[in-house]
This record gives sequence, C-alpha cells and structure tokens, in this order.
Amino acid sequence: MSRKIRVATTSLAGCFGCHMSFLDIDERLIELAQVVAFDRSPLTDIEQCGPCDIGLIEGGVCNSENVHTLREFRKNCKILVAVGACAINGGLPALRNFIPLEECLAEAYLHGIGVENPQIPSDVELPLLLDKVYPLHEIVKCDYFLPGCPPSADVFWKFLTDLIAGREPQLPYALVHYD
Amino acid sequence: MTKTFTIDGQAIPFVDGQTIMDAALMAGVYIPHLCHHPEFTPHGSCKLCSVKVNGRICSACTFPASEGQDVVNNSTELNGDRKRITQMLFVEGNHFCPSCEKTGNCQLQAVAYYLNMLDNHFPFFFQTRQLDASHPDVWIDHNRCIFCTLCVRASQQHDGKDVFGIAGRGMNKHLIVNAESGQLKDTDLQPDDKAVQVCPTGAILIKRTGYQVPIGQRLYDHRQIDQVSLAASGSRPSAAFPPSLAVATEGGHHEP
Repeated sequence: MSRKIRVATTSLAGCFGCHMSFLDIDERLIELAQVVAFDRSPLTDIEQCGPCDIGLIEGGVCNSENVHTLREFRKNCKILVAVGACAINGGLPALRNFIPLEECLAEAYLHGIGVENPQIPSDVELPLLLDKVYPLHEIVKCDYFLPGCPPSADVFWKFLTDLIAGREPQLPYALVHYD
Repeated sequence: MTKTFTIDGQAIPFVDGQTIMDAALMAGVYIPHLCHHPEFTPHGSCKLCSVKVNGRICSACTFPASEGQDVVNNSTELNGDRKRITQMLFVEGNHFCPSCEKTGNCQLQAVAYYLNMLDNHFPFFFQTRQLDASHPDVWIDHNRCIFCTLCVRASQQHDGKDVFGIAGRGMNKHLIVNAESGQLKDTDLQPDDKAVQVCPTGAILIKRTGYQVPIGQRLYDHRQIDQVSLAASGSRPSAAFPPSLAVATEGGHHEP
C-alpha cells in the first residue's frame, strides 16, 4: 500500500469553527482516514509540524506566535491552504485593525467595564501582538483558498477529494460563499 | 432591416442609440456589471463590463453598438481581468461578509461568486471609514461603498432630489450627502427612495429590517447574478425560475 497523504491543520487567530465544519464531513472521515494521516493538528495533539503534503490553516495572523506557526507550516507543507474568512481577509479579528493597538489594550485591560486590577499583560511567555491582523497571503504564499465562515463540510470534502485524486480542485457556484 | 453585431459569435440585434450593454441585456446575454443599471444614465466607472470591441477593451455600458462590431465578452482573459477588478474592490473597502446584513443579496459578492473569486490576491488597505447612523430610518456604512454612484444617479434622476455625491480622488474618494452638517439626518432622504433601494452592496441599509431572510436562503445563495440580472431586465420569461425563490427578491433592493 502506498504511503498515506499527510495533512496538518491549525487555527491561528480563528475560532476553530472551520475545524468544526471540517469534522462535519461526519462518516466520510472514515473514508478519508483510509488515505490520509494527520500530522500536527488539534485533532492529534501533535505540536510540531513535520513534512506534510497538505496544510490547512484557519484564522488570520494576529501575533508573533501565529507568524512562527504559519512559517513552520509553509516550510513543511507542499500545499498550503488558507481556510475560511479569517485566513483570507482577517475576518472578525481584523475589525481591530481600525483601532490603534494601544487603545485596544487599554480598553480591554485598563479602562473597560468590570476590569479589576488593571494592567496590560506583559509576561515574557505571551506572544507579542502585531500592529494589525493580517490575512495569510500577506505573510506567506498560499496555494489554495477555501472561502466561507466557515466553509461547509462539502467544501472540505470536494477540495480534499479533488486533490487526493490528482485533480485541480474546483469549487462549483453552490460551494462558494463568503458568509 | 435589423442591424446586428456579434457577441462571442452570437448575432445581437440593436437599434441606433443603444449601448452594447443595452443590446446584450435585451438579447439575454449577461455582461458582468456593478455600476450599470438600465434605468439610469451609464457611468462606466466600475469596469466590470469591460469587453473587447474589435480588439480593443471598452466598457460595454457606455460604448455604442454599431453594425458589424465583433465583441468578445465571456473569455477566460476578460473574466480574469474582471476577477482582478473585483479583488481590488474588496481590498480597497472593508467587506466583511459574515457580519454584513447584505450578504447573500449583495451584487458585489454575487459578481465575485460568479467569477469564482476565492481569494483577494492583493494586500488589504484596512482603511478606517465612518458610519452615518444619524438618520432615523436609513444608515450608511462607508466601509462597503464601491463608488458606483447608483445612489447619486437614482436620487437625481428618479427621486427628484440630490442627496448623494462623490467627493475626493483616489484613496480619498468618498460618498458625501447634501447637507451642511454632512449628516444623513439633515437631508430629505426617505427609506422608500430609489437611491436607498438601488445600493448594490451593504453601504446604504434601511434600519430595523435586518435578517428577515435567513443567511443561506437569500437571492444569490441559489441563483447566479447572470440569471437574476437577465430576468430583471425582462429578456427572459421569469417563469423559467423557481417561484419558491421569488420571495428572496421582495427586499426590493436589487435590480428592477
């Protein structure tokens, strides 16, 4: 039997909704597992990405750790896929792009309603926030894009089955949604 | 004798004075467009309707039809150009579809779907733009304005008012309203004005009418904009479309 196709997934500045939608392929997961093995993913708890065929990335890029993870995926994955609205245009987290970062932090940690012991978190373990939330394609090259908030289970299925069968992935009209 | 020209090899009848867009819509040929509306003077600004006329790229909505013209419309090259133009519109404004009430009914989104636009290609500007919620019944979200000027034209040519205008150039271009205060509440705009109904995106919305049709059951969720546009211009019998979807057009904020 030929080697299984290795797939890694992660969520950066996302809500894991795209991962949940991926799992909505339901019993087709069993069929997928015949030909696919998961590398780094919240589904496996593997924490470092090894050499992979396909990397699926949900969420935009909001902090230094996101940049590191994204570059690790790009380095290891032959095909890198931006999954969902946030990966493609920053999505909901990018709404902070219209407010200066200092003001965001002040509102959340100093002056917001119900804040106790006001202080801006500064532990060295915490990744630094970027000035803005960036879509993936502004940081690394992305090979494919799956729009949707989230992309439906059928989008994941159509895309992966096309790719695994060696076809150029195509999303018909019914599967293209930005909402 | 009827005069004709061809679009992608198909003979299209026309009468003098018609544009390529007019004749195409009448003949049931869809040319992608955003700033064009059959009821108003063509503006030729969005460039989505770019077609090749005798080898040169022109805007179909402003270019006069003439005998024997050879027009290329539905080609890989032109649709590629149209996709790039649409991507520019998306990165210039702030179009967050999941949180926009117009999603599923939006012509900008529908054209992007039609062109199978899956990404934005260009870096985003993330420009800060304002809201105007001063009016009791209508609000403007400048983040979603694509400067098609349909509201400007509809207000002047249909409503007999002069509520909207475009000011500034390049990245400073913006929609303005005709009031000294600069606020929509100080204009004579009413929610049933054509200028409100005609907005192709979620830039001008009527208050307290949001989410009456659930996402997933809206106009362009099941019908492509080419079908909707041609049905609206009367070039094909509307009975050809499932009546169950007709409810989605009742918002009245689509093409006529």
